[in-house]
Amino acid sequence: MIPGISIYEILTVTSILFFIGVYGFITRKNLISILISVELILNASVINFVVINKYLYPDMLQGVMFSLFIIAVAAAETALAVSIIIGLYRQISSVEVKDVETMKH
Amino acid sequence: MNFTNIILIPLIPLAVFLLLGIFNQKIKPSVSGYIGVAGLLTSTLLSLNTAYQYFIVNGKVDGVYQTFVEKTVWMNFTDTLAIDMGIQIDPISVMMLIVVSIVSLMVHIYSRGYMKGDDGYTRFFAFLSLFSFSMYGLVLATNLFQIYIFWELVGVSSYLLIGYYYTKPSAVSAAKKAFIVTRFADLGFLIGILIIGYYTGTYDFETLNNPEGNAILNWASTSFMGLSVLTWALILIFIGGAGKSAMFPLHIWLPDAMEGPTPVSALIHAATMVVAGVFLVARLFPMFYFVEDGFALNIVAYVGAFSSLFAAIIAITQTDIKRVLAFSTMSQLGYMMLALGVSGYEGHEGLGYMASMFHLFTHAMFKALLFLCAGSVIHAVHSNYLKDMGGLRKYMPITNITFLIAALAIAGVPPFAGFFSKDEILVAAYEHNKLIYFIGIFVAGLTAFYMFRIYFGIFWGKDTKYEHSPHESPISMTFPLMFLALLSIVGGFIPFSEFVTADKAGFAAHLNYPLAAVAVGVGLIGIALAWVFYKKENNLADKMANFFGPLYQWTSDKFYFDEIYLFITKKILFKRVAAPIAKFDKKYVDGTMVGIGNKTVLASEKIKGMQSGKVQDYAFAFIAGVVILALVFIYLWTN
Repeated sequence: MIPGISIYEILTVTSILFFIGVYGFITRKNLISILISVELILNASVINFVVINKYLYPDMLQGVMFSLFIIAVAAAETALAVSIIIGLYRQISSVEVKDVETMKH
Repeated sequence: MNFTNIILIPLIPLAVFLLLGIFNQKIKPSVSGYIGVAGLLTSTLLSLNTAYQYFIVNGKVDGVYQTFVEKTVWMNFTDTLAIDMGIQIDPISVMMLIVVSIVSLMVHIYSRGYMKGDDGYTRFFAFLSLFSFSMYGLVLATNLFQIYIFWELVGVSSYLLIGYYYTKPSAVSAAKKAFIVTRFADLGFLIGILIIGYYTGTYDFETLNNPEGNAILNWASTSFMGLSVLTWALILIFIGGAGKSAMFPLHIWLPDAMEGPTPVSALIHAATMVVAGVFLVARLFPMFYFVEDGFALNIVAYVGAFSSLFAAIIAITQTDIKRVLAFSTMSQLGYMMLALGVSGYEGHEGLGYMASMFHLFTHAMFKALLFLCAGSVIHAVHSNYLKDMGGLRKYMPITNITFLIAALAIAGVPPFAGFFSKDEILVAAYEHNKLIYFIGIFVAGLTAFYMFRIYFGIFWGKDTKYEHSPHESPISMTFPLMFLALLSIVGGFIPFSEFVTADKAGFAAHLNYPLAAVAVGVGLIGIALAWVFYKKENNLADKMANFFGPLYQWTSDKFYFDEIYLFITKKILFKRVAAPIAKFDKKYVDGTMVGIGNKTVLASEKIKGMQSGKVQDYAFAFIAGVVILALVFIYLWTN
């Protein structure tokens, strides 16, 4: 609970954050940028979990617990993604999306 | 009857066929010849034993030959109608066993010499065995469907053997022609079989042929276009028989079939397969005779008489000796058909039936002999044409004598075999139908003339200069000649009317001396004319040909029947009917289907860019969809 700030304002901020992430995911040409955008989407949802928990059900902890899980999974996912990107970079010396297209064949 | 022995008769050639066919490349030609001959020899001995057992020992009960049947259900149509497989032993099937066995065995022996050094030696013997198997199956069949199956099998073997020299285009087209023409006729046969099955509920010869049976007593129950349906069925079946037996107008395949090796012509296109049509009519003879008072039988008689006359006239002008023999075969088959056509059923009334079978028997011997002699001549001079022959009697004494015996037999000179059977036929025709009798007697004269025309042309006539002097054929070829010549001499003395008759009872046949004298006289006139024309080289024959002018030309071109058929098939059927249908099929039927396919391909070309494989594109589409859905729902909720 942050005094003076209502749930709507926080949800507006997280929505903006989420759509920035979506926009980034769709438009970026660089794998690292895409990864960062995905992190933005995840973080927006984490904030949503915490905020909704605190504002609407203050005597419960599920939302907070869930956000901890998401953070852990996101960390693992990032590690995995970065390692794939590094592997790719060793192979083709590039992290651009257009250069990785050959993998679909 | 001992059916275990009888079933081996067809099965041994089948086994030989499989053996030679499968191990075609591995078996040495010399060995395969022996295998073929040994197989057929076994079958022949078994056939002779069967004939002895049947005709002499235990076939007769109270003076009537019994019919022995052993069969098993092969395929059920309905609860009552089934196709059986089995063996039927009665006088005509046993007689056919002997004919097929003897001729086939002789041809096998002969082929060992004639085909020597040929590339397809083993293949040839394999096909001969296949043919023998099919022919045995045909004569032993117990019902219409079984006979139809083997009927097609002999057709296939005939196709394979006519087209034996498959690198020769004329042989290939002759094989196709034979197969297609007979297949076309067999369509009639099949429809006839189905009609009989539908209306009588059985295919069994025994049930169908029973004079007190349902099929014969109730023939009038259903009629169609003025005739009883059973008459229609019999006419259709006769069309099938006419196709196989080369009756007018389905005869066009037989002369071309001479493209096959000569032993094949002797076996298939003279002695055995082509008599299948006659055999079929004889097999269903009680039906032919009793249904609608023999209406179908009259057709048989007239078609037979006309074919025999037609073929005999053409035979006079042909220059290829095998073709002369082919037309002669057709003419003699017409003789058998007309004899069946004028026959009655009981006792001496059935003289025509007996005469037809007798003629079938003797004709098989002397016509096979004629073909084998012709083969021997062709073997020596390497040509089929009369113009390349002449004076061969000095070089080939055995062929000369045996050919002379066969020619005398077919001309009806006593005491050779043909005299007796031909005399019975003419007597039967004289007693029932004078018109057919006169045709018959005229054909007898023509037969004697054309047969001695080629005899004198080959063995006497001009002294042809040969590149290397011809010599007599080896013993493997002359032995069958001598054996068949012996049969052509003594065959006529078999008391056939005791054994093979329409009602199976047997009667005593006597020579009718006045009629016999007329027939012999006409035959001798024919021979005398041939003597005058062809014994010494002279220009009488050419003068006669000029005298008849266009008539001679027509005859020599076989009355243009091949051309008529070609015109009908090529110009009318192919161009006017088949081609437009093919066009319609290609343009509209195929076009629709191809169009649907092409449109699908085009559409997929257009939309396949959407599936780019880029996750970002998919994510965009997904998000856009979600946003649009969200907007739609918001719009709906707010209203």
